[in-house]
Amino acid sequence: MMASSYNAKDEDGHITVTGPGGGTLRSKKPENTAFKQQRLPAWQPILTAGTVLPAFFIIGLIFIPIGIGLYVTSNNIKEFEVDYTGVDMSSPCFNCSQNFSWNSTTPCTCTIPFFLEQPYESNVFMYYGLSNFYQNHRRYVKSRDDSQLNGDMTSLKEPSKECEPYAYHDNKPIAPCGAIANSMFNDTLELFYNDPNGTKVQIPLTNIGIAWWTDKHVKFKNPGAGEANQNLTAVFQGTTKPLNWRRPVYELDAAANNNGFINEDFIVWMRTAALPTFRKLYRIIKSPSNGMMPTMPRGNYTLEVVYNYPVRSFEGRKRMILSTISWMGGKNPFLGIAYITVGSVCFFLGVVLLIIHHKCGNRNNSADISN
Amino acid sequence: MNLFEQFHRLANIYFVGLAILNFVPVVNAFEPEIALIPICVIMCLTALKDAWEDFRRYQSDRKLNNTPCFIYSRKAKKFIERRWKDVRVGDFVKVICNEIVPADLLLLHTSDPNGVCHIETSNLDGETNLKQRRVMSGVCISDPDFEPESFNSLVVCEKPNNNLNHFKCYAEKPDKEKVGAGIESLLLRGCTVRNTDHAVGFVVYAGHETKSMLNNNGPRYKRSKLERKLNKDVIFCVILLFFMCLNGALGHFLWLQALPTVPPYLVPDSNGHLDSPGLSSFYMFFTMIILLQVLIPISLYVSIELVKIGQIFFITNDIDLYDEATDSRIQCKALNITEDLGQIEYIFSDKTGTLTENKMVFRRCSIMGTEYPHKENAVRLAVLEESEAEENVLFNKRPQPVKPRWSLDTEDTNFEDRQHQHGSHRKSKVAGNAQSNVAFSSPLETEVIPDRKLLQRISRAESSSRSSRSGSSSSQNIDPYLDFFLSLAICNTVVVSMATAQRQRVNGFSHSLQSNNPMDPLSNMPKKSGYFSNIFTSWQRKPNRNRTISEDSVVEGDIFNLPEIMEEPGDINGLRRCSLYAPTNSDKPATTSDNLSYEAESPDEAALVYAAKAYGFTLLARTPDSVTVRLPSGEDLVFEVLDTLTFDSFRKRMSILVRDPITKKYVLYTKGADYAIMELLGTPYAENLRGIQKKIAADTQHHLDCYAKDGLRTLCFTKKVVSDKEYKSWFVNRQRALAAIENREQLVMDTAVQLETNLCLLGATGIEDRLQESVPDTIMALREAGIQVWVLTGDKLETAVNIGYACRLLEDEDLVINMSCKNKLTCTSIVDCALQEVRRYNEDPRNVDTTPDISLVIDGLTLNMALSSDLQDRFVELAKHCRSVLCCRVTPLQKSSVVKVVREKLKVMTLAVGDGANDVNMIQAADIGIGISGQEGMQAVMASDFAISRFKHLKKLLLVHGHWCYTRLANMIIYFFYKNVAYVNLLFWYQFFCGFSGTTMIDYWLMIFFNLFFTSAPPIMFGIMDRDISAEILLGVPELYRTGQGEGEYKFSTFWVNMLDAFYQSLACFFIPYLAYQGSDIDIFSFGTPLNTISLFTILLHLSIEIKAWTAVHLIIIGGSVVLYFVVTLAYSAVCVTCNPPSNPYWILPRQMADPMFYLLCLITTVVALLPRYTFHVLRNSIAPSPLVQAKHLDQLDPSTRSEYIKEWRSFRGGGQVKSSRLSTPPSPTLETPVGMYPQSPTVSDIMGDEFTLNVISENYQRHLHL
Repeated sequence: MMASSYNAKDEDGHITVTGPGGGTLRSKKPENTAFKQQRLPAWQPILTAGTVLPAFFIIGLIFIPIGIGLYVTSNNIKEFEVDYTGVDMSSPCFNCSQNFSWNSTTPCTCTIPFFLEQPYESNVFMYYGLSNFYQNHRRYVKSRDDSQLNGDMTSLKEPSKECEPYAYHDNKPIAPCGAIANSMFNDTLELFYNDPNGTKVQIPLTNIGIAWWTDKHVKFKNPGAGEANQNLTAVFQGTTKPLNWRRPVYELDAAANNNGFINEDFIVWMRTAALPTFRKLYRIIKSPSNGMMPTMPRGNYTLEVVYNYPVRSFEGRKRMILSTISWMGGKNPFLGIAYITVGSVCFFLGVVLLIIHHKCGNRNNSADISN
Repeated sequence: MNLFEQFHRLANIYFVGLAILNFVPVVNAFEPEIALIPICVIMCLTALKDAWEDFRRYQSDRKLNNTPCFIYSRKAKKFIERRWKDVRVGDFVKVICNEIVPADLLLLHTSDPNGVCHIETSNLDGETNLKQRRVMSGVCISDPDFEPESFNSLVVCEKPNNNLNHFKCYAEKPDKEKVGAGIESLLLRGCTVRNTDHAVGFVVYAGHETKSMLNNNGPRYKRSKLERKLNKDVIFCVILLFFMCLNGALGHFLWLQALPTVPPYLVPDSNGHLDSPGLSSFYMFFTMIILLQVLIPISLYVSIELVKIGQIFFITNDIDLYDEATDSRIQCKALNITEDLGQIEYIFSDKTGTLTENKMVFRRCSIMGTEYPHKENAVRLAVLEESEAEENVLFNKRPQPVKPRWSLDTEDTNFEDRQHQHGSHRKSKVAGNAQSNVAFSSPLETEVIPDRKLLQRISRAESSSRSSRSGSSSSQNIDPYLDFFLSLAICNTVVVSMATAQRQRVNGFSHSLQSNNPMDPLSNMPKKSGYFSNIFTSWQRKPNRNRTISEDSVVEGDIFNLPEIMEEPGDINGLRRCSLYAPTNSDKPATTSDNLSYEAESPDEAALVYAAKAYGFTLLARTPDSVTVRLPSGEDLVFEVLDTLTFDSFRKRMSILVRDPITKKYVLYTKGADYAIMELLGTPYAENLRGIQKKIAADTQHHLDCYAKDGLRTLCFTKKVVSDKEYKSWFVNRQRALAAIENREQLVMDTAVQLETNLCLLGATGIEDRLQESVPDTIMALREAGIQVWVLTGDKLETAVNIGYACRLLEDEDLVINMSCKNKLTCTSIVDCALQEVRRYNEDPRNVDTTPDISLVIDGLTLNMALSSDLQDRFVELAKHCRSVLCCRVTPLQKSSVVKVVREKLKVMTLAVGDGANDVNMIQAADIGIGISGQEGMQAVMASDFAISRFKHLKKLLLVHGHWCYTRLANMIIYFFYKNVAYVNLLFWYQFFCGFSGTTMIDYWLMIFFNLFFTSAPPIMFGIMDRDISAEILLGVPELYRTGQGEGEYKFSTFWVNMLDAFYQSLACFFIPYLAYQGSDIDIFSFGTPLNTISLFTILLHLSIEIKAWTAVHLIIIGGSVVLYFVVTLAYSAVCVTCNPPSNPYWILPRQMADPMFYLLCLITTVVALLPRYTFHVLRNSIAPSPLVQAKHLDQLDPSTRSEYIKEWRSFRGGGQVKSSRLSTPPSPTLETPVGMYPQSPTVSDIMGDEFTLNVISENYQRHLHL
C-alpha cells in the first residue's frame, strides 16, 4: 500500500513538473461522454393503465382466434384408444397378463374387438401407450451406450460403464447394452378389419418412418455400416442379446434396412419418454393410394396382441391408440382452451384497466405531482 | 478480511462439498466433470481478479524495492548507490533532497549547519507541511564532512512498533555516556526530505519493521447493509433448498414404497443389487442438493462484485464530482459499499474544511480594545468572489513588475525566470492541492488590504517607538500595536520558504549565512540532477542563485512605501480598482515577500502571518532558535527563541518565549482561544488589574462576541514580559520536565501552564473561514431527502451556531434547544424536560402533520454527560426528534462516540464527512466515511471510504449515485434470487413426474450455459446501467432519496413476494408445456428444450419489465442473450451426436423449431407467467403510484415544464413547512418552569457560568455571514 501511495505522489510530481515545461497537462477530468455520464438516450416506459391498455387488448385479440383455431383443429383429430392390459377378469387378455416373466416360452395371444364410430382419413398413426412406466428415471435414462448404438466397434465389445448391470452377460458384451434396451417393448400388435360381409381383412401396417430421420440415419448405426455386403450376424459375433430379449438384435426384422441398431421400433423405444404415461409410435397405416376410401372406415375391428410385455410388476397399463394427426400433432384440446382463456383474461383485464384509466388516469396526468 | 471473505470461504466449502458429492457414484446427478464447470468458472473469475491485484502489488513492490539509495560502504569508504532492498539495519544511508527515506533512520548528520532536516510526511499522514528533524545531539560533531566511520556509539532502541509519533532510543558512546533521542531525530520511511541538501542517518528499522510498514494495515473492507440482508436471504435459500431436497427424498421413498415389485425401469447397481427404499432416498437427498444447487446464488457474489466495479466506474467518471481547481475526481476507496450511499439517514459533518473552505482569510482585528473592521479588505474579498474569472488576469499580471528587477541581475536567465514564475503560478492554480502551501501563497487568499486607520496608527506608533528607542534604549514597553503585530508574526510555527522554490533551502535569506554557502546549493546540484533528472530541479537551480543575489538588491533598495497605499483614493470605485490591480499597484513593498512562502500547520496561522505582513511585519525566517522579522521600517529583528510551548487541545493556546533583541527582555507571546486566554489575564477580577486593562478586556470580549456571531474564528493575543529571575526558575523546571522519563507530557504541559499566567491582552483577530460553494443548498437538499444532518465541530458555540444559520442547518423559525451544563444532575434534568417538551410538541395536534423543526445545540462537556450510559437512551431519543443537531467543542473521540451511539441505538445508516485528522475516528466509526481532500492533509482521505473534494459533491453522490447504486443493486439481487428459483424449480417440478429420481429434462451443458452465459450478462448490466429516474429529477426532488432509507426497496417482503412470483412463474413454465404434451410421445429432452427456451424468455422479459430505462446497451445485451442462446443451442444440437451421453441433444431443437407447437407454447407460457407481475405493476402505477413513478412521469416532460413542475412540487411541500413553522413559532411556555429560559442568544457567561442553561432561541437570527 505504501508503494501505491508513492506512485500517486510520483504522478503528482510529474504533472507539476511538466506543467511549466510547456508539456501537456494530463487532467484527470472525466470524459464528458453520454456513456460515462450515464446520459445515454433512453426509452423509459412507465407501466400505467393508459400505456398498456392496447397491449392487453392486442393480446386478447390475438389469443382468442388462435385458441379457437387450435381447439377446432384438436377436435377434428380423431383418436381411438383401447386398453389391453387385461386387469379385469372379463378382459380378453387377463390370462396373458398373469404372466410376470419376460422369458415365457409360450407366446400368449389375445384378441380385442373394437368398433370405430368414425372413418379415419389420411394416414392413421398407431401407437402403443404405457402408463406408470418411468422411462425418465435417472438411472434408467443413463443406462445406454450411445457410441455403441452409433456403430462404434470398441463400444460394441466394451460397453460403457453406464450400461451396468446390463453391460455383460456370461462375459460377453450385451448388444445393445443397458436397461433401456433390455426393457424394450416387445408386444406384437396386429389390426384386422371385420368387413361387414364377414371377412377379416388384415390392415397393412408400415414400420418404416416411425423414427426420427436423424436418429435412423445419423445417430443409430450398425457396426461396420460402411462396408459393403455386411453381414449383421457376423458383425454382432461375440456379443449377446439383452437378457429380456427373445431374439438377438440382428434378427429384429427381416429387412436389412430395418435390422440391428437401426430397427425403427428399437430406435423409437430408445428415445425415452418424458413422462411416466406416454405413447410411442408403433406403426403407420398409410392411406390408400386412390384416396377415395377412408384409411379406416367406420366399423368393427379386431386387435390381435402377442402379449409378451409384463406391466403388472409396476401396475402399468398398456394401450393401443389409433390417431390421425394434424399440424399441431395429436389430439390435445388443452392448448386451445388455454389460449382462449388467457385471451379472455387479457381482454377482461383490458376492460378493467380502461375503467381504471378513466377514473385514475386523469388525476395521474394532471396532478400527479401534487400528492 | 471479513465476513464477506468468510462467506467466500463458506461458498468454497459448499463448492467442494458439491464437487465431492458429484464423484460419489450413488449420489451423482450429472457427469462429475460437467458438474465442476460452473464451480471452475466462478473460481477462475475470482482467481483472475486476485491475480491481477497481486500482480499490480508485485509490480509496485518491485519498483519500490529497486529504488536507488545511497548506502555507506565500509570498503569503498564512501556512499555508493544501492537499492532499497539492500538497506539493512545498521547501515548508514544518505538521503538527498526530494528523495524518499528508505528506512527509519536515526538522523546523524545533515547538510544544514543547524543540524536540522526538513521532511514532508505526506506519504505517511498526508500532512504536506514541513517538519523539522534534528540531528541526534552529542553523538557526532556536526562538521561539514561527516565520516560514518567516526560514529562509534552503540545505538539501543525500542522494539519496532507502529506509533508514528513516538520513538525512544539511546546511544552509548565509547566512554559509556548515554545520549537519548526521540522521534525528533528519526526520519521515517516514506517521508520525503525537503529543503535539506542531504542527510545521513543510521538505519534503526528497515523493511517491514519500519513504523510506516507496521502502520500499514491493508485495505479496509466494509460490508454493506444490503449485503448483510442478502446473506440472511441466502440462508433462507439454504432452508428452502433443504426442504426441497427433503421433499425429493421423501417423495422418492414413498414412490419406491408404492411399487409392488421391481419394475423394469428400476436399474440396480452394477452387481445387480437394489438399495432399500430408505437408503436410496437418503442418497436421493444429496442428489437433489446437486440438482438444485443453483438455488444458492453463489454466482450472485461474483456478479455483485462486477456490478460494484461498474458502479464505481460510473461514479468516478462523473464529471459533476470532478473538481476543476484541484484536478481531482472522487476516489472510491471502499469498493463494496456503494449501495449504502443510497440509504443514509444521518450525516455527521465536520465544520472546518468540510462545510467551510478552510482557507482562512484575515478579516478584522481588535487591538487594545479598538476594533478595526478592515472594510476595504471585505470589499475586496466580495469583489473577488464576484469575479472568479478575474483570477487569470491577476495571475498573468503578477510576474510583470518583477521583470525589470530581475533583469538587473542576469539578462540571460531573465526569460526563463519569468517563464518559471508564470509556470509556477499556473501550476499553483491547476495542480492546487498537490502542494499545500499553494493555497496560502495564492495572492487572492493571502493578500490583506490594511485598514487605513490602523495603518496610520501603526506608522505613528512606529515612528514614536523608533524615536523613543533611539532616544533611550532602555525605554518603556514598545507600543502595544507593534507588539500585537509582532506576536502575529512570531507566535506561530510557520515555516518560511521561497514561493517559487517551494521546497528549497531557505537559509539564503539570512545574510550571515549567505557568504558561507553561496555555492553550496550549486555544488550539490550536479549530483542531484543525476537522480532527479526532471526539469524541476534544474529549473530551480538558477533562480535560486539569482534570488539570493537579488535578495540583496531588494533589501538594499527597499523603500518601504506604505504611504502609497494610504494615498489611494478612498472611494469604493477606487478600492475596487485597487483591489483588482492590487498586486500590480501596491506591489513594491510586497515584492520581497513574493519570494516568501509560508508553510503552516494550520491555515489560520498562515492567514495571521500574511496579515502581519500586510502591515509590514514580515516574517523572514524561522529556525529552531530564532525568528527573523522585518519591521515596517525595513529593520530586521532577530528574536532569539527560547522555547515554544506548543499548542495542545487541552490548553487551547500556544506560546512562544523570545528574547527581544533590543530590550533583551524575555517576552512571552501567547495566542489562543478567547476563553482559554481570558482566564489568564492577570487575575481577571482582582484588584491589581488596572482599570484600563479591565476595560480593554471587556471591549475585546465584546468584539470577540461580535466576531463569533459573524461566524469568524477568533484568537486572542497576549504578551507577557518575564523577568530574568522568573525565567531562570522556570527554565530549570522546564528542563527537568523535558528530561523526565515518566509522565513527561503532563509535566511539560504543567510547566507551560505555569508560565502562561498574568498575561497582558494585546488584541484579538477574527479570521473568516468562508463557507464552501453551495453548502446551504446541499444541506437543504440533504434534509429534504430525509437525512438528519449533525455538525460536530471543535469551534465555540457562537461560531458554530452562526455557521449553522449560514448553511441553513438551523432555520430562523426553528425551535433551538441549547444544552450546556456543568454537572451530571442538571444535564439529566435538561435532557428529561427537553424530551418531555419535544414529545409534547410532537403530540400537539397543531403539529401532528408537520415535521418537527427542532434543533439541538449542545456543547462538548454536556455531550460527554449526555452520552454516559444512563443518559444515552434519553439523549438519543431527544436527538431523534431533532431536525438537526449541532455539537460544538467536541473532541475527536467524542465525534466518533456520537456516531457510534447514534448508529447503534437508532440502528440507522450513518455517514461521516470530514477533512482533518480530528475526523478520522468519526470517519472510521460511521457506516460510510467520506474524506474531503482539503487543506488539512490526507489523513481523513486515507481513512475514508470515499474521498471528495467539495462538500457540495455530497449532494450528487448521495442523491443520485447513492439512489442509483442502491436501487440498481437491490433490484439486481432480487432479480438474481428470482432467476435462480424460477429456473431451478422447473427441475423440481419435474421430479414429481420422474419418481423423484433426480432426472433433468434439460441437457446439462445447456443448463450450465443457461446460468453462465445466457442469463448472466443482462442482470449485471441491469445492476450497472439501469436508471430509474434521471439525475435532474433526483437532484430536483431530493425527497425521492427517502425510498432507499430504512428498509428501502429491498425489504423482507419484497424478497418473499419475488420468491412467490418465481414459484408461480416456474409453475406456469412447467405445467403449461406439461399439459400440452401430456400423454403424447414426447421424449425427455424434446420436452426440456421448450421449457428451457420458455424460461429464458420469461426470465429475460421479467427483467425487461423491471428495467426502467432502455438504452441501446440494454437492447443489445438482452437481444444478444437470446441470439446467443439459439445459436449455441442449435449449433450444439446439430454437432453433438453422441458427445454427451445420456442426453442426446442431437437435432432436438431444430426439430422443435420446425414444430408450430413450440412457438405457440413459448408465446402463451411467457404471457401467462408474466401476466400477474405485469398487471400488478400496471395497477400499482395507475392506482397508487409511488413517488418514484410520479417522478418518472416528470422525467418524460420536456425540460421547461419539468422544472416548472419541480418548482411547484417543492413549493407545495415548502408551503407545508411554512405553515408548520408558523405554528411552532411561539416558544412554548412549559419550558420556562423547570429551567431558566433565555430568549437571547447565549453569551460567554452562559457557557462559562456554573449554572446550566437551556436556551430556547426562538427569535429570528438574522445575522448571516457575509458570503
